[in-house]
Formats: sequence, structure tokens, C-alpha cells
Amino acid sequence: MIKLNNRDYECQDGITVEELMKLNNFTYARIIVYLNGEVVLPENYASTTIHHGDDVKAIHLMAGG
Amino acid sequence: MNMEKINLARKLIKEYHYDLKAIDKGYTGRTLYVNVGSHDIKEKSVTQLIKDKFIGGKGFGLYYLWQAVTESTRWNDPENEIVISSGPVGGITQYPGSGKSLVVTLSPLTDMPMDSNAGGYFGPYLKFSGFDALELQGKADKDVIIFINGVKGTISIEEVPNEDIDTHIFGEQLTELYADNEEDKRNIAVISTGTAARHTNIGLLNFTFYDVRRKGTRLKQAGRGGIGTVFRDKHIKAVVIKVAGVKGNENHPVDKLTLNKIGIKMHKEIHDLDNSQNRMRQIGTANIIEVMDQYDLLPTHNYKFGAHKDTYKISSRVFTAKVTQNSPDGCWFGCSLACAKAADHFELKTGPYKGEKVSIDGPEYENAAGLGSNLGIFDPDAILELNFYCDTYGLDTISFATMTAFVMECYENGILNKERTGGLELTFGNIEAAFELIHQMSRGEGFGKIVGMGIRKMKEYFVKEYGADPKFLSDIGMEQKGLEFSEYLPKESLAQQGGYGLTNKGPQHDEAWLIFMDMVNNQIPTFEDKAEALHYYPMFRTWFGLVGFCKLPWNDIAPANNKFTDEPAKIPEHVQNYVDVYNAVTGMSIDKHELIRQSERVYNFQRLFNIRMGYGKRIHDKIPYRAMGPVTMEEYESRQERYDRQLVEHLGYDPANKTTEEKMKVLREYRLDQYEKLTDAVYKRRGWTMDGVPTAEKLQELGMDLPELLEVVKKHV
Repeated sequence: MIKLNNRDYECQDGITVEELMKLNNFTYARIIVYLNGEVVLPENYASTTIHHGDDVKAIHLMAGG
Repeated sequence: MNMEKINLARKLIKEYHYDLKAIDKGYTGRTLYVNVGSHDIKEKSVTQLIKDKFIGGKGFGLYYLWQAVTESTRWNDPENEIVISSGPVGGITQYPGSGKSLVVTLSPLTDMPMDSNAGGYFGPYLKFSGFDALELQGKADKDVIIFINGVKGTISIEEVPNEDIDTHIFGEQLTELYADNEEDKRNIAVISTGTAARHTNIGLLNFTFYDVRRKGTRLKQAGRGGIGTVFRDKHIKAVVIKVAGVKGNENHPVDKLTLNKIGIKMHKEIHDLDNSQNRMRQIGTANIIEVMDQYDLLPTHNYKFGAHKDTYKISSRVFTAKVTQNSPDGCWFGCSLACAKAADHFELKTGPYKGEKVSIDGPEYENAAGLGSNLGIFDPDAILELNFYCDTYGLDTISFATMTAFVMECYENGILNKERTGGLELTFGNIEAAFELIHQMSRGEGFGKIVGMGIRKMKEYFVKEYGADPKFLSDIGMEQKGLEFSEYLPKESLAQQGGYGLTNKGPQHDEAWLIFMDMVNNQIPTFEDKAEALHYYPMFRTWFGLVGFCKLPWNDIAPANNKFTDEPAKIPEHVQNYVDVYNAVTGMSIDKHELIRQSERVYNFQRLFNIRMGYGKRIHDKIPYRAMGPVTMEEYESRQERYDRQLVEHLGYDPANKTTEEKMKVLREYRLDQYEKLTDAVYKRRGWTMDGVPTAEKLQELGMDLPELLEVVKKHV
């Protein structure tokens, strides 16, 4: 269990940021990912793993129209 | 009617001479008043108080409109005004998106002040001609053109034949008529509307400007709220402005060096990052069509659903292939974000211009979502053509789309039938029927005239004439305060419901767009968090309309290091850019907090203006249930897992063995209650009473305790 955007979220231990984004269909081009408060750069999504108890935020940077 | 005929029939009614003068720190210090009924033309001084309290743009519009009308003035009274103003920063060429015009009038849809903004050259050219704002009042007997010659210093009222002409023709003709030669065409700006504005309540104002690359005119629109309908009701056919040219220092800013520095930094940011961010230079705001679909936010079938299997057919990639690429399509000089895209050489398939090849401005996101998915139409060419006809006929695309979606749902529910629609089979996805409807609006005929009244009036009409269920119509009729909703599905975001409902002019997303912050990011979970967002964002976004800026370069592009800032959603570096640009033009020394206070003053003024006109209280801030949750079983059952889960998580209600009707009832009560609680929190944060009236204390705190405002407060608290 991790926190994803302040909500409980069940996922496999060791899942990568890239996999998490895909699972949630987070497709928007401007998303900032924080892992335990630290920014994860897009080039590191595939190599950064997430473990139980982690706090992940995927902040979609859009304020629209 | 051709231009030769117009030219021969033109009759000068009045000519007024004025002294040309330079702009000082973003202001000319005077405004222009034209009464098309009495032919009175005069200049007015802009006092320091007006500048301090109202800044410019929409602030000036609201100020002058307040002076012009009384509590009993209606939209079609001669006293009503159309006020157009740019703002102190408007017309600079160093920073992207600095050419906006703000238009204010009493709306035929809402009976309250309406504000709408448009790109193009008119607002800056008005200032370059010597005026911070233009007030149009009165009602002419015969059609007139007002010509402001900022080269010679003359203003004329000319009588012209009483005949409607669509904008793509008329804008071009007037540009030709008033320009000295080809080179001079870029110095002409025109506002006008089209044939449908006279027959509907959703007429828009087209802002025509000359595109030197295409060697033809382009259009931007002040679309919302029926401003074009007021324009034609006054028998104004067009307002034309001519200037001597555009230079980078027309505003005579106090610190041009800073303007250049900030502008260059911003242009580089756009150049380096736009392709990997929102692709505004490729496809403009339509870049989000498929994104909205993926997050279940794209309105389909009158906002019943947020996604559709056929959205791929109208995705941004499809439109990218249809609009001209590698063209710097800004709607004002110096805008490198350049999102004013156009589909060129488009052959029309319907209507009076069938077979002609035209340039179609857009589509913008709102047009694609409204004229497309929300009508169940997934044909990109049909969307483009509807877009073209909305523009040239002078119809607000958003209202047209939302109204048409409403009548399509009424048709599918048996409230309407072929007999009532004059033979139109208005089912979702019926492209032919949508086209016939729009052409009827242009001709002022048939069912198009009824739809053109707007959803609020249609609801009353359908109940009275057809015995329709008023509760159902109230649930599915996506209007509030008389204005049709813009094209986002707010059901799953309480904050966005507030972003639509707790607004001054009605449900237009230009005050606050919080869906992702709320629904996806979960950044504002409590009522207080949402209320703070519904304070900050509406105030911040109001400011663009005070100074003459476009909102898009604020957050449709972000600096590379934005992700490392404390509040990335606000794009802090861009906020500082705006503060610095404003100070560099005006010589003021505001900070980001004073920027918000500038907006708060005007925002509260507008709220009290609404209240003065008999609206603007809590009861008027309620929204249709379709905006808040599933109205029909079909909607609930399409997202049953989501709704059932919410019943368990939020209410501890076990959905097992319950009928859909039972679950819908419980969910509805919950969501209505949530909206009321949000309303309480927002009013508290904004310093209003629980009935939505700004308090005297709040006005004092803002320095807006003007006697006329305190009088309104006294009457209503």
C-alpha cells in the first residue's frame, strides 16, 4: 500500500514510477512526480522504484482554458 | 451586399475632431463616449481614482456601465452600453499575449453585466488612437458604422444600408475600404457581428484583424453573453479603427529595458519547451481534447458522460493535420505562443457559402468539445464548419453548442419531436440537423429562433408550450444565471462546480479551472482548501482582464524549473513576470499580493453590480444537478463502480441490494449538501455574508467603500 495523491493505493512493491503512471493512465504531458517529497525527473521514471509506505504525488500541472 | 453598394450609400451623420496625444505609462488618460442615438460624441478624463480602483479593461468597463445604467435598465434599453477597453499593459509587444480587449455590457441572457475578452488588434489600437476605453450607448434609427481615425484624430458616425452581412465578408470589405493600400491593412481593426446576432440572444462580437502572411482577415471573438446581440440591437454595424502603425514603445513604459529582458526570457522559454509541453504553437488550446477524454472530463451528449469511444476521431492530432503548421499565428504582435491557428482553404459543404474555400479560425478546445463530443459529433470537418458558421454568423460557439446539446437531449426524451422542431430530427450526432439549426439562426427562422433564446428561456417555453417536466429540464439544462456552461464536465470535482457556480458572470471557466488540482491531484481536499483556491485563482485570473493580458501564456507553458518551486500550479516565475511587466509599464510598484487586491476590488464591485441589478446572491449561485452528479439511471450505471464506492467511502452507505434510483437519491442529497458547504466556505473566504453579499468591512479593507457600493450593501445585508 502506498499513498498516491494523498489517497491509499494498492500496488506491487518495487513498481517503477513509469509503471505507476501507465497503470493510472496519467498521460498528460505536464505532470510533476514527487516521491516522498522529492521531485522525480521524467528521465528517471523507468529506474525509480516505489515501495510500500511511500508517498507519491503526481501533480498534473493544468489550470485550463 | 457588396462594398461598392455600401460605399455609395454611406452618409456622414457626424464628425468629431480630437487632439492626438501620446500614451503615458500605459494610459491615455481619457475615454471616448459615442451615443449612436443622439450622435453625441465626447471625451472623458480618466481620474486617478478610476485608475486606482478599476485599473483598466474589464474594470473600466464595469465602472462606466455602472454610471450609465440604473437598476431597471435592461439589455435592450438605449441606456445600456457596450464598453471596450484594453488595460494599461495592453498593446505592449515585448511579452506574449498582451493584446486583449475586454468588453462589458448588460447581457440579454443574464440581465446582468457580462464581460468577455477577445484577441485581435482593436483594444490596443483604441489606446493608440488616444482612448483608454470606448463607451457605446444609445440606439440608432438606421444602421451605422463608427470610424475612429487615429491617424487624423477624427471620429465619424456614418449611416449605411440596413442589411446584415456575415463577418468573414464584412470584415474583409471594411478593411479594404478603410485602408489606404495593402500595406495599410494591418493598421485597421474592425469589430462587427453576423447575421444571426439579430435573431438570437447569443450574438458575439467579432474582432477582425489583418493577417499579413495570409493576406486576408482573421477573427477573434468576444463570445460570451450575447454582446453581439446588444451591438445589433443598437443598430451598430461595425466600429472601425485606423492607426498609423505599431511600435514597441507605444505605451511609453517607464522601464523598457525590463520589458525587453522579461520578454526575451519568456520567448526563449516558449521556443525551448512548448513542443514538449502543450504544443500551443501547433494546435492551440485544442491540445487537451484527448486528455480530457482520458480523464473522463470531456463533455459528451449534453454533459452526461466524460469520455467516448470515438474521441480519437477528433483528437488534437487530427486537427493538427488540418490547421496550417509552421506559421507564427499570434493574434497580437509579439505573441510567440502563437495559438491562433487556422484551417486554410477549407471547402464548405453546407449553407449559403457552400463550395467556397475559406480560412477557419480554430478550432479551440471549447469549440471542438462543444460542437463535437457534447453533440455526439465526432466528425472533425463538421466541427470546423460549425465553428466557421458560428463565427461568421456571429454566434457564441459555447452557447450554441450547449443549447444544441440541451435540445438534442430534450428530443431524445420526447419533449421535442419533429412537429415541434419543424422537421429537425435533433438526435445526438445528427450533423445535418445541427447545420440546419445554425442556418435557421442566421435566417431568423423556424426552431432555430426558439433555440436562439438560450436555455433559460427555452426551459420556460418547453414547460409552458409542451408541458415538459420543469425539474428534469432544470437538471439537464446546463445554464446558470442565464449563461450556458462552457465545455468541461465538472461532476467529479466539487471545486470545479464552485469554479462554475460561484462566479460573477455565470459558468465560464475563465475564473477558476480546478478540476485537476481537485479531482486528480487531490491537492485541495478540505472545504477550506477549495475555498482558498476559489479565492486565489478567480482573483488572479480576473487581473488579466484588468490590464490587457491573455491568460494562456501564464499556465499553458511553464519554466523548466517550475517543478522545483513551492507552488508549481501557480507558476510563480510567471506571476513575478506579470508583476514586473505591470510595474515596468506603469511605474507602479505592486507585488503579487497587491495584484490580487487589485482584482478583489473589481471582483467585489462586479458582485455588487449584479446584486444591484437583482441577481448575484446565493440563490443565483446554484447550479443544475447535471453539473454535480448523475441525473439519469444511464449516467449512474455507466459509472456505477465509482458512484457505489463513493457511497461507501463518503457516507458509509451500503449499495448492495439497492436499486439505482435509491442510490441516485442518496448520492444526490450528499452532493447537493457538499455544494452548499462549499458555498459557505467560499463566501466566508471572500468576505461575503452567507447570502453572498460583500460586507461593508470587506469593502473598507479593500479601499472600495465607495458610497454607491455601500448603499447596495445596506439594502441587501
